[in-house]
Amino acid sequence: MSAREGAVVATHGLGKRYRRRWALTDCTLEIPAGHVTGLVGPNGAGKTTLLNLAAGMLTPTTGSIEVCGGRPASGAAQLARVGYVAQDTPTYSGLSVADHLRLGARLNPRWDAGLATRRIAALGLDPAQKAGRLSGGQRAQLALTMGLAKRPELLILDEPVASLDPLARREFLQGLMEAVAEDGFSVLLSSHLVADLERVADHLLVLVDSRVRVTGEVEDLLATHHRLSGPRRDPATLPADQHVVSASSTDVQSTFVVRTDQPILDPAWTVGRLTLEDVVLAYMSPGAEPRPALEMVR
Amino acid sequence: MIQFSLDGRSGVSPYLQLVQQVRQALRLGLLHEGDRLPTVKEVVADLAINPNTVSKAYRELELEGLVAARQGVGTFVTRSLAGSSLAAHEPLRRDLARWLAKARRAGLDEESIEALFTATFRATAEQDIA
Amino acid sequence: MIWLGWRQLRTQAATLYAAVAVCAVVAVITGSALPRSGPDVFDLLTPGDRRLYFTGVIVMALAPALVGAFLGAPMVARELESGTHGLAWNQSVTRTRWLATKLVLSAAAVAVAVGALSLAVTWWAAPLDGASSSTRGSLPGRLTPVSFAMRGLAPVGYAVFALLLGVAIGILLRRSVPAIAVTLAVFTFVQIAMPLWVRPHLLRPTTQLVSVSADTIAGIGFHNEDPVPTLEVQSPPGAWVLSDRTVDAAGRVVPVPSSFVECVPRPPRPDQPDGPGVVNIRERMDTCLSQLAAAGYRQRLVYQPAGRFWPLQWAETGVFLALSGLLAWFCFWRVRRL
Repeated sequence: MSAREGAVVATHGLGKRYRRRWALTDCTLEIPAGHVTGLVGPNGAGKTTLLNLAAGMLTPTTGSIEVCGGRPASGAAQLARVGYVAQDTPTYSGLSVADHLRLGARLNPRWDAGLATRRIAALGLDPAQKAGRLSGGQRAQLALTMGLAKRPELLILDEPVASLDPLARREFLQGLMEAVAEDGFSVLLSSHLVADLERVADHLLVLVDSRVRVTGEVEDLLATHHRLSGPRRDPATLPADQHVVSASSTDVQSTFVVRTDQPILDPAWTVGRLTLEDVVLAYMSPGAEPRPALEMVR
Repeated sequence: MIQFSLDGRSGVSPYLQLVQQVRQALRLGLLHEGDRLPTVKEVVADLAINPNTVSKAYRELELEGLVAARQGVGTFVTRSLAGSSLAAHEPLRRDLARWLAKARRAGLDEESIEALFTATFRATAEQDIA
Repeated sequence: MIWLGWRQLRTQAATLYAAVAVCAVVAVITGSALPRSGPDVFDLLTPGDRRLYFTGVIVMALAPALVGAFLGAPMVARELESGTHGLAWNQSVTRTRWLATKLVLSAAAVAVAVGALSLAVTWWAAPLDGASSSTRGSLPGRLTPVSFAMRGLAPVGYAVFALLLGVAIGILLRRSVPAIAVTLAVFTFVQIAMPLWVRPHLLRPTTQLVSVSADTIAGIGFHNEDPVPTLEVQSPPGAWVLSDRTVDAAGRVVPVPSSFVECVPRPPRPDQPDGPGVVNIRERMDTCLSQLAAAGYRQRLVYQPAGRFWPLQWAETGVFLALSGLLAWFCFWRVRRL
């Protein structure tokens, strides 16, 4: 398999089994370079497994994965290209903040010591503080600093803000976005908090049961998805250019979430806007019709 | 300087919200020719928003001829939207007030007025598109 | 990577070296007061000296076990259970190098520490090992299972093995506390199994047929209610006797013949005060033994002679270093696939 030009992560038939349970099966996807890609999906969809495979923390049981043009964790050079902030942002509780930065400096050829110390100072962290005594938000910021100062081509974050309070969450994402604005590296992050992703991600990938349900630019997803409600109607009678994502009907009324590039002209419909969360939920809902992944390319 | 805000529940993409907020500010005369827009980094730091989104919004405004980026200095407003249309606001507002009074006399409650307005607004908008 | 490896090791290493230093100081202070030569060293020992002797044995038996349990087992297991391997493995250093650095640093630190400890204890115990007295008893020789693995080079092999065993079990179980418990259990088993089943065969033991006589016999053992006694002949000084069996003229292992059992006088009993006198017993015994020898019975003595101490030390250390190598290979293999 060769990755399409501009794909920072490309998988083909990727699968991972833990003992007898498959956490990810036959997953084929591509994540474009130069974007902040949000990875969403229900629990058990295989998000963490996919990210762990991309970071090289796990080795695939089947299929292949290519990250920044190489096999994950295949060597020091490949490791230097990819940063990973794991779930719960682990740090060595016995080591101080300064020790962590020293660790990063010793272990990474492209380490940006200036960036690391600036960030720690800006966050108001005491370098002598033991990481075990930091708050969850500070620990996450330390882990992010380590990931950023490594100067990777791709930074992978697994639910980095899930355990943080709203303020710490905002600060974390601000830090991440400022770094992206400065260096323009690619980011792949998973989150349950779609509202956060709507701000920080410009590309979205919805993973359900190891399958890509929908992928595309956030803005296109918002512009092309509509909620139609009106008198009861068979979804099959909708115009051909309107793909029904999810449908629910009572005996008198139907509500559809449709994707279309064209304006909705039928006056019988009340057309509603959808937030990104609505779109994601429509694709994740059990009523959503399983169909081949819709790739939206502008 | 304009300060952006994002509404997560609107269903309008963040990029479009930024564009609309600049246009709105230009229309209402909050931004004038020569005013500097916040840098991409400032907006990013303020809103925790994807920098590509901000750049894209600024590019869109540039394409519309409303702002111009000057290398290394910033993005500046080049045209105001207030001008002539601002003068037309007052008579239009008076017409609308008269129409609202008429609707109430005809027995429409607030919700019905809003529904009627929205439906008519959309219908005429779609006629324009079609 | 060496910096991180050292940074994570230094507290435990400091504790280990402090403990070794304390033991060494105790050994030097008490050791210089010990009677260090003379034919009857044992007679000069105080009960305190003997207690210290066995304390030394216990310390040397425990040291590798503690190293394995508290340095080896948590080394990777703690990273896996706290998730910090997610941080370590995402720096620009491969897992192989990460593990190699950790293992080499800790193995070197452990080898030096336990080597120094062994040196101190071996020096301290040198005059006492095998010290005996004609009247009051003796201490085990340095080739016997009691003290062999607690002297010389062997403890270094045991400690490095225990360390690698702990690391491997930690990687397998991914939890520190169970890994510590399992490491202790497995290592204790190895400590027992080694002298029982492995060490006797490391070097081919010497076999010697000894004809029993008043000069060669060391004792006749009666076991509980068993009417047939076992014979023991005198072994070369310092030897580790593996077996001492009676064989017939054809060389088959047999029980002592009944003729001998009938011939041999029973030891005098308190309820038979008018039994044969001691002198009579000695004479009867000589006669019985010569009859036994004349019938072709011999004692087959299998033993490791005293001169095998260092060859056996090298062999046993080699065995443990080889096992450590296997465990290390397993650790690398497993860590790459986690």
